[in-house]
Amino acid sequence: MDWGALQTILGGVNKHSTSIGKIWLTVLFIFRIMILVVAAERVWGDEQDDFICNTLQPGCKNVCYDHFFPISHIRLWALQLIFVSTPALLVAMHVAYRRHEKKRQFRKGDQKCEYKDIEEIRAQRFRIEGSLWWTYTSSIFFRLVFEAVFMYAFYFMYDGFRMPRLMKCSAWPCPNTVDCFVSRPTEKTVFTIFMIAVSSICIMLNVAELCYLLVKFFLKRSRKAGNPKHHPNHETKEETKQNEMNELISDSCQNTVTGFSS
Amino acid sequence: MSWGFLRDLLSGVNKYSTGIGRIWIAIVFIFRLLVYVVAAENVWKYEHDEFECNTKQPGCENVCFDHFFPVSQIRLWALQLIIVSTPSLLVVFHVAYRESREKRHNQKLYRSPGKMDGGLLCAYLVSLILKAGFEIVFLVLFYKLYNGFKVPRLVKCDMRPCPNAVDCYISKPTEKMIFLYFLVATSGVCIVLNVSELSYLIFKYSIKCYMKTFSKKQQ
Repeated sequence: MDWGALQTILGGVNKHSTSIGKIWLTVLFIFRIMILVVAAERVWGDEQDDFICNTLQPGCKNVCYDHFFPISHIRLWALQLIFVSTPALLVAMHVAYRRHEKKRQFRKGDQKCEYKDIEEIRAQRFRIEGSLWWTYTSSIFFRLVFEAVFMYAFYFMYDGFRMPRLMKCSAWPCPNTVDCFVSRPTEKTVFTIFMIAVSSICIMLNVAELCYLLVKFFLKRSRKAGNPKHHPNHETKEETKQNEMNELISDSCQNTVTGFSS
Repeated sequence: MSWGFLRDLLSGVNKYSTGIGRIWIAIVFIFRLLVYVVAAENVWKYEHDEFECNTKQPGCENVCFDHFFPVSQIRLWALQLIIVSTPSLLVVFHVAYRESREKRHNQKLYRSPGKMDGGLLCAYLVSLILKAGFEIVFLVLFYKLYNGFKVPRLVKCDMRPCPNAVDCYISKPTEKMIFLYFLVATSGVCIVLNVSELSYLIFKYSIKCYMKTFSKKQQ
């Protein structure tokens, strides 16, 4: 059980996302989770061992470390990634619920059900409309909120995004003001700025996706109001091509979802 | 053998769960198991090495650490995760029992082995009560063992062979406290989900039972 399990769960949501949503997911996996696991964890691996204070007073180092790092950067990023990925589960659950309803209709032998077999229901990609639109939009909204909250918490706790080389500590039992030196401050600053930059890119992608969905929604409404004969399920040639392109993009980075979409 | 086994077990139970049960499984996976593996475990990784006492007396640090942490908080967390997930096995076993019965008698005894009625419903309700019970037991155990969920920076220790009362410093107390509060919050949410699922199922099946007897009486 590790980040791979999260990737499996989120990979299933990929199929029902917009193109911007798929880009967001790719950025999340490659530039955040993967960087965290293969690089950032090593940089912060020896953080307390190599945090050195200019004193022999036992306990001073522990207390100063705890004072300056109430929660380690790496743990905060891990929590941020978990919280930011979770709203996508709302979408996965909604899709699973819809599939379950369609399967129930199919089993009852409902004439309205247009599927030939269960496999077709399982493989179907749902369009983002109706109640799924609301679920999807709220999941993007919550993602934005969590990203913003964590970035603010980061900025607030560490007084900015720079890691200083030297910190002065006078917490008890340190005898007087003591100099404490952080290990690898430049490397940590570089990674911090990188992670903040990628968070900002993710925030922008989420805002763009939200605007795209809202604009699409209002355009559709005005089209419906203007042309009442327009059938909502009729796909134009362009929409079919777009869907095929989306399928190709999603097939290249799709995993099967175990459990949540059955 | 690792956490993947627990994940597979819970994924198997997912099929026979209600909607609230699936939310419970999602919370256990993501906010408890995943947080434990990727974040919490590393916070407690070097807890003994970084536990420092203000003395050069050999053996004092070991004795004091053992006195204040009879079972490490992270191990208690892992035990809680395992024991709280285990009642779900009751449901899996019952479905397997139903399927083996059908095979043995070579006829269809149930509408569907996975359908929640009769014995399977009882097994499910018992598993919910056990899950909620175990959660509460572990939270009380945590509270009693560590005098609350706060992790102090400094503890005073006067066990032998420490010469007098000696100051001992715990490493990363604030970070540990944050994760312990997180653990308590997620446990609380899981208890609430279990209790609401229990009430929902009891209510639903009592109404069903009542309607059946009512319609029989009418006939």
